[in-house]
Amino acid sequence: MPDTSVMIRDTAKKLLVEKRVDLIIGFERGTLPLRSTPCFVRRSVEAEKLIWNASCENNLARYLRKRKEKVGIVAKGCDTRSIISLIKEKQVAREQVFIIGVPCHGMIDRRKIEAKLDGREILEADEVSEKVILKGHDFTEIVAKEEFLHNSCNTCNYRNPVIYDVLIGDKVEENRGIDEYGEVKEFEAQSADRRWQSFTNEVSKCIRCYACRNACPLCYCQECFVDSSQPRWIGKTTNLSDTSIFHIVRAFHTAGRCVDCGACDRACPMGIDIRKLTKKIEKDVKELFHYQAGVNLEDVPPLATFNLGDPQEFIK
Amino acid sequence: MKEMKIAKNELVSFLDSLISEYKVFAPVKRDGFVVFQEIYSGSEALLVYANSKKPPKEILFPQSEVLFTYRLGGEGLGIEEPTFKDKQMVIFGIRPCDAKSLVILDDIFNSQVYKDVYYIAKREKTLVIAIGCNRPSSTCFCTSLGGGPFSPDGSDLLLVDIDHEYVVQAVTEKGKQFLKKHSEFKKVEEHSLSLMRSVIETAGVLIKSKVETGEIKKKLDVMFDDPFWDWLHEKCLDCAVCTYLCPTCHCFDITDEALDQRGERVRIWDSCAFPMFTLEASGVNPRPTSKERTRQRIMHKFKYFVDNHDMAACVGCGRCIKECPVNLDIRTVLNSILNR
Repeated sequence: MPDTSVMIRDTAKKLLVEKRVDLIIGFERGTLPLRSTPCFVRRSVEAEKLIWNASCENNLARYLRKRKEKVGIVAKGCDTRSIISLIKEKQVAREQVFIIGVPCHGMIDRRKIEAKLDGREILEADEVSEKVILKGHDFTEIVAKEEFLHNSCNTCNYRNPVIYDVLIGDKVEENRGIDEYGEVKEFEAQSADRRWQSFTNEVSKCIRCYACRNACPLCYCQECFVDSSQPRWIGKTTNLSDTSIFHIVRAFHTAGRCVDCGACDRACPMGIDIRKLTKKIEKDVKELFHYQAGVNLEDVPPLATFNLGDPQEFIK
Repeated sequence: MKEMKIAKNELVSFLDSLISEYKVFAPVKRDGFVVFQEIYSGSEALLVYANSKKPPKEILFPQSEVLFTYRLGGEGLGIEEPTFKDKQMVIFGIRPCDAKSLVILDDIFNSQVYKDVYYIAKREKTLVIAIGCNRPSSTCFCTSLGGGPFSPDGSDLLLVDIDHEYVVQAVTEKGKQFLKKHSEFKKVEEHSLSLMRSVIETAGVLIKSKVETGEIKKKLDVMFDDPFWDWLHEKCLDCAVCTYLCPTCHCFDITDEALDQRGERVRIWDSCAFPMFTLEASGVNPRPTSKERTRQRIMHKFKYFVDNHDMAACVGCGRCIKECPVNLDIRTVLNSILNR
């Protein structure tokens, strides 16, 4: 089977040459080991730089809104789920997007690898099928990719694009036998005090850089509640009260919308486990309203409809 | 420059003795990464590390800092200002790039035109003890900005790790006095000095990442309207990772944290990446999109700051390179500017 990167390039070139799209959003080689970077290709000759590997971790759906041109987008399973959410929320028109779907084996969490190396710097990383060869000043280590995937990849049930206009390569086998909500259940089983402690431990690391919000394809409010000064909903400091409110309200605002792509987690420079809240809310929405965001274009989002039979036991 | 030495196995007890007299900040490992924190025992200090996740600038310029508190009562408005009664401080184990960032911050907060009492009160009480970098990271490009893995700028003392001991260079008069006062510092032999020279030389060679920054300002002088900015920002998320983790970024906002009739006026970090940063009361924003904001970050660091302070507001620490969620690498940006 031809190389995925080559197939993406060929597809992109064809789309641009045939003027079926004006722009391709994909990935190119980054400047650091285990790092790819979003790129925007408008001329077919530039399509040569497009690549695909296990460090294409960003959710490119984040770049789709407010575009006038027709866009081709390289999208993993989770990215296509975000695109579906954006289409449902009328932020993107289906016909404006050409989805180059890429089945995904999971993306590498370089911070997990860095933690394993305990301070030894990776100078070179090569992906060879299921392994990554890491080279540093005076070491070479070979690690198995699947041991160092992002948390959201470990629990992902949508490795294959949900919608696409072209699929690159063959579909991959979906994760089997994993309990997507295993960690959430452990969290739920704890006492309220323990849960609060674990939540505050996480958000106390927050530096209010908003990388989580800005990386999220669905955080697109014209004015985010944290930025509003009239009225001011929240203080601007990194005190626990302010950071807690920020993370709680952001998480609630993704209820029934979050597709658990993990973009927030990946963007956070401080390693905050942001999914702790969003995944819990995702589970609640699934249990209460039988809805999972971004898995098809038809289901009506729970916040966009109501039903007299909706559960309301939580209203006391 | 006067050199002394201190044995590595004496360092912890030396730090312990400092803690009784000074508020000592040192790199420690927390939540899996390195940060500068006040230490209460010498053994907490991390001696082998690349660099801290957050720059130590926050010791002198905290992310949120109370400027004063106020209360509206029966007798009118009462204002309480900070007393600045903190102990003398030592920042131990800072890297030379971050020490150099203090020179830049000094020029902002303690200049001819502006004296920031909050910064100065802490800065004047601070002794800076840097540890040079025997093994710089691949993202370090300090030598491109006039620094180096053993550059003394901004430090009072600079430690050079020569395996079993540190050679200690007194950089400032304050540093010299400190060395005299503490008997842990011993006379250094020529052998150690020659080891020191070789460590410094080797480290310099290890900095492989270079950008010709000398020409950048000239290019930027005429680039405000360049189409370059139209695409540079395209992948930027407009978050504040690069600015908040930058040791030289110093923009701030002022806000009131009030409840009923009392409150605090707080200074907090702000970032040119945020849409609110230049939003005016009229509703007009002179930097309405990511394009203008990305341009501002580069222009401020490599043009406006050079115009005003005769140096770039970048020390080449590489934090923004390592932590940018979309790998928007400042070295690539600078090289692209050079190629315009």
